[in-house]
Amino acid sequence: MSAQRLAEQFETLEKQDHAARLGMWMFLGSETLLFGALFAAYAYYRGIYPEEFVQALHHNSVALGTTNTVVLITSSFTVALAVHFVREGKSRLAAGLLAVSTLFGAVFLVVKGIEYTHHIHENALPAGAYSFLDQPPGGVVMGYTLYWFMTGLHGLHVIAGMIMLAAVGVLCWKGRYGAHRNVAVENVGLYWHLVDVVWIFLWPLFYLTD
Amino acid sequence: MSQATIDADARPDPLGVGAEHPDYLRADSGLRSWLLTKDHKRIALMYYVSVVLFLGLGGIFALVLRTELLTPEQTFIDANTYNQMFTLHGVTMVWLFLIPSIPTIFGNFVLPIMLGAKDLAFPRINLASYYVFLLSAIILLGAMLAGGADTGWTFYVPYSTTSPTAVTWMGIGIFVNGISSIMTAVNFIVSTHTLRAKGLNWHRMPLFVWALYGTSIIILFATPVLGMSLILVALDHSFGLGLFDPRYGGDPVLYQHLFWFYSHPAVYIMVLPTFGVISEIVCSFSHNPPASYRAIAYSSLGIAFVGFFTWGHHMFVAGLSEFDAGVFGALSMFVAIFSAIKVFTWVATLRGGSISFATPMLYFLWFLFLFVFGGMTGVAVATQSLDVHWHDTYFVVAHFHFIMVGGTLTGFLAAAHYWFPKMFGRLYDERVGLLTSVAVFIGFVFTFLPQFLLGNAGMPRRYFTYPERYQWLNVLSTGGAWLLGVGLLLALLNLIVALKWGKRAGPNPWGSRSFEWITASPPSKHNFEETPDIARSAYEYSLSEEVAHERAKAR
Ligand code: HEM
Ligand SMILES: [Cu+2]
Repeated sequence: MSAQRLAEQFETLEKQDHAARLGMWMFLGSETLLFGALFAAYAYYRGIYPEEFVQALHHNSVALGTTNTVVLITSSFTVALAVHFVREGKSRLAAGLLAVSTLFGAVFLVVKGIEYTHHIHENALPAGAYSFLDQPPGGVVMGYTLYWFMTGLHGLHVIAGMIMLAAVGVLCWKGRYGAHRNVAVENVGLYWHLVDVVWIFLWPLFYLTD
Repeated sequence: MSQATIDADARPDPLGVGAEHPDYLRADSGLRSWLLTKDHKRIALMYYVSVVLFLGLGGIFALVLRTELLTPEQTFIDANTYNQMFTLHGVTMVWLFLIPSIPTIFGNFVLPIMLGAKDLAFPRINLASYYVFLLSAIILLGAMLAGGADTGWTFYVPYSTTSPTAVTWMGIGIFVNGISSIMTAVNFIVSTHTLRAKGLNWHRMPLFVWALYGTSIIILFATPVLGMSLILVALDHSFGLGLFDPRYGGDPVLYQHLFWFYSHPAVYIMVLPTFGVISEIVCSFSHNPPASYRAIAYSSLGIAFVGFFTWGHHMFVAGLSEFDAGVFGALSMFVAIFSAIKVFTWVATLRGGSISFATPMLYFLWFLFLFVFGGMTGVAVATQSLDVHWHDTYFVVAHFHFIMVGGTLTGFLAAAHYWFPKMFGRLYDERVGLLTSVAVFIGFVFTFLPQFLLGNAGMPRRYFTYPERYQWLNVLSTGGAWLLGVGLLLALLNLIVALKWGKRAGPNPWGSRSFEWITASPPSKHNFEETPDIARSAYEYSLSEEVAHERAKAR
């Protein structure tokens, strides 16, 4: 396994790397639209039930949500550093940074888990499973349903991202990626930034709006 | 990405187009060499076999439906079976035939060759997309055994979330199907950007490449929305979460918005590839460059763009405001303008050309008729006042079959005949080709023309019985459907026979200038030994074939 592997359909390694990057961007565009459907649903229902949404979202802890925002932004930063260092050929350092980023992902999930536990105790569950003692109006329930769907889907992306970060981190440690071969590192980096960006949209929608 | 690789400096370098090498069909042997192949041409053939099989299956479902409608009362199946059949028919046809057929079979096969490349950018993803596609088909057809679904291909809530049938599996199947589509779309877009041969700039590319490019963009942006919506329906159905359920404040109309945001663009996912095929065929058989290359190329992008703003015309009777309905109606008609640009350009291309009349050309004529007719009825139903009368009647059924099936099926058959020599190195029987093509067309018109009349007279869709007075038109329609079925079967037989007994084709039997014809027929495993160096556009019919060949060859 040499560091320079050119697939036969490409003329140069630059083109091959360019293709890998472009492919990732296309994929990310598609992923964004996956959330797009849910953002559209959010906008639609929030338009119908402005007060009820605020009422529902008051249940969320701004402190926990904001903690998670900070955690994710920091992890995005460490991923960006990893990309920087692998380009300079410092693969071990990059691997370490990827490991740290993965850990931040885990911290995020733990905090999210704490929040979810609260909601479950309060019985603030998605519509059909919802069981506050006195059933609030439909709009409030819908706010919860969307909260669960959107943060849940985001959570799945965090898990997927962590798996990729860890896998690439291990290969980085083994020296598979370095100054001349790092598109894979860049690409998980991009993916992780997407996870971050989506959260940065979710955060105001579910914690900060009044 | 680790592919079968060669060292950058040690390329084998015999010149030429690979005629002295075994073709891709014979290059490797054994089942394994097929099932695990990363060669885009072999993957195309695997898709070919599967998609034709699904077309046959969808066709059988259709014949069951039409046969049931032969008589006003129950003919041979009950209401429940009928509902399951039309759902399966729609799902199979839309997701296992209309959407994948042309891109995955002909796109896969010729796109890299048209670009002068040895393969797609991501051969492994290409192979994976095939298996994901197969998995989706297994889930969808498996759902039939697990109780089927009786919701129709649109899965409208609230019925779909309460129906006792296997809606959840259908939703999952369509989601998986979408993943496969997205993989192919990414592969096509990236290949078009990064694998064009030296000298092949955007305005020299064959128009089929443009069409596939436009299609891929729509797939990339529309498919995730549908996937998400159907997953929500599936969750609602299995766990009663109720995102679209009014009991919990949900709104069923939101589902319709999400569904049609995908499904209107999806109609262009089905028909844009046909536009590409037609553009190739019109030029090749009139030996003329397109009347306006740019008009054809850019109108594909125009359609891709505007197609995203028209979904509301499916919801005129779902409580849109007058204003919204007007806007959606007007935007819908805007798409018709782009389509008309294409039609005029094709027709103008024929002028002054030396036309050779072969089966693909006949399919072009059928396409033109069906598409223009279907398109005009589209403009009619996009007029709110008229749509209120026709909505949910057979008129709509006729409209979308004319345009989707008329468009895509004729495009598919045209492509199957046009690229047959390229794919298999042999010629099909031209007389049988022409004859079966006529049968397909007459069958088609007899099936769907009466449905316009039925719909206008008020026959609703999705019922398995009807009042006596609609019978004679239904009999015509059912007769047409059987003729169409027979025509398709014979067309298939003609091609299968030609596989073994057809005359040898030679590399460029149609005298085309498009780049896939500069390789051997069938091409060798790697398409080209040396990446071509392109010094002309794909339609330089002013050059002789030898000169044209020289200007597209590795130097
Ligand atoms: C590319 C070609 C087209 C295709 C493949 C296509 C396909 C379809 C399909 C599948 C449906 C029925 C959906 C269902 O309810 O099951 C439909 C309905 C409709 N189409 Fe088209 N269409 C095309 C072009 C157009 C154009 C150009 C217009 C307008 C200018 C148009 C206007 C409509 C309208 C208004 C309906 C809804 C009718 C109703 O449900 O009452 N279509 N079309
Ligand atoms: Cu539409």
